[in-house]
Amino acid sequence: MDTLTILLLGFVSIVLINNLVFTKFLGICPYLGVSGRIDMAFGMGLAVTFVVTLSGTLTWLIDHLILMKAGLEVTRYVCFILVIAGAVQLVEMYLRKFFPSLYESFGIFLPLITTNCAILGLCLFINLWEIDNLLEAVVLSFGAGIGFTMAICIMAGIRENLNLADVPKCLKGAPITLITAGLLTLAFMGFAGMIR
Amino acid sequence: MASESRNTAVLGQTFITGLWKENPVFRLLLGMCPTLAVTAAVKPALTMGCSVIFVLLCSNIVVSLMRKLLKPHLRILMFTLTISTFVTICDLFLRAFVPEMSERLGPYVPLIIVNCIIICRAEACASKNNLIVSIVDAIGMGLGFTMTLCVLAAVRELLATGKIFELSVMPQAFVPWAAMSMPVGAFITLGLMLGLVNTITKKKA
Repeated sequence: MDTLTILLLGFVSIVLINNLVFTKFLGICPYLGVSGRIDMAFGMGLAVTFVVTLSGTLTWLIDHLILMKAGLEVTRYVCFILVIAGAVQLVEMYLRKFFPSLYESFGIFLPLITTNCAILGLCLFINLWEIDNLLEAVVLSFGAGIGFTMAICIMAGIRENLNLADVPKCLKGAPITLITAGLLTLAFMGFAGMIR
Repeated sequence: MASESRNTAVLGQTFITGLWKENPVFRLLLGMCPTLAVTAAVKPALTMGCSVIFVLLCSNIVVSLMRKLLKPHLRILMFTLTISTFVTICDLFLRAFVPEMSERLGPYVPLIIVNCIIICRAEACASKNNLIVSIVDAIGMGLGFTMTLCVLAAVRELLATGKIFELSVMPQAFVPWAAMSMPVGAFITLGLMLGLVNTITKKKA
């Protein structure tokens, strides 16, 4: 297979088949927390996409160019979390300067991107899958962000309608959201086995 | 003497709070990723719970000791660095002594770093209280988390394979529900359990 096919397949697989939210349970906290309104969800998705692309690329570079050469794999987790925290700080400063209204509406959730499992999880999975090509790492990180955005937007759309539905009293709030997420996962299982 | 017994009562209260009233999974909805990901069977769930207790305890101790040195804007960074150090220790330990569990848990061990429970306790408890309160709080919260993981894992393992702790308990005629060991089962079981907990607490009140 030539490089383009591999990249394309990798992208489709991480968006649909190995979607981080549906199959790896990563990034569940913002997925349940910020998915109340569709515009917020979309903004959150974009911020996460940016951070995940940046940190996925940077951690791959650091891992391959510095840590593996110097034999410092033990410090991998500490380095990864530092890179992610730095990237989030960058996004925060950029948003505060250029999009103050968006910055206000995110509130506490923006610094919490640092502790979004999807981002650290993706960096670890890139390491685990032994991706040894920078381009592939970039495409996978970007695809993971897009997959997250898609998942959170679908969820927000459903939840906006769920407000009008008659839900049993004890299932109101978080429980029904989790059950909805379960059914969504079931739907996405239909993609399993499409590639590889 | 009186103040001493009151102190013990407060400590006991802190401990119980973590187990039920502020149970991290059922009541605060924190740390959902590992809760859903490792609960396909009881054994990995127990391993995960123990690792979380270890990391939570160590990070609460360190954060509590350095609480006077913390700068507000560098707080979160200090917490995550402390936590990631202990998670590295834990990961190396698991890899050396229980390699098959370490392989099964895979990236979810390093993902303890971003487990919201640990950062939440560092922020809400350890950075404000003294050493002893922080230790008790860490053990209570950690046990509450482990307990929840094990209950969820027991239900899922029982329905998915008819076994608990890899021992068969169901009659021969039982047809395993393969779906319970997949992501779907995780989400729906946890959703129904949360509903159950809501019902119980409403009746009490």
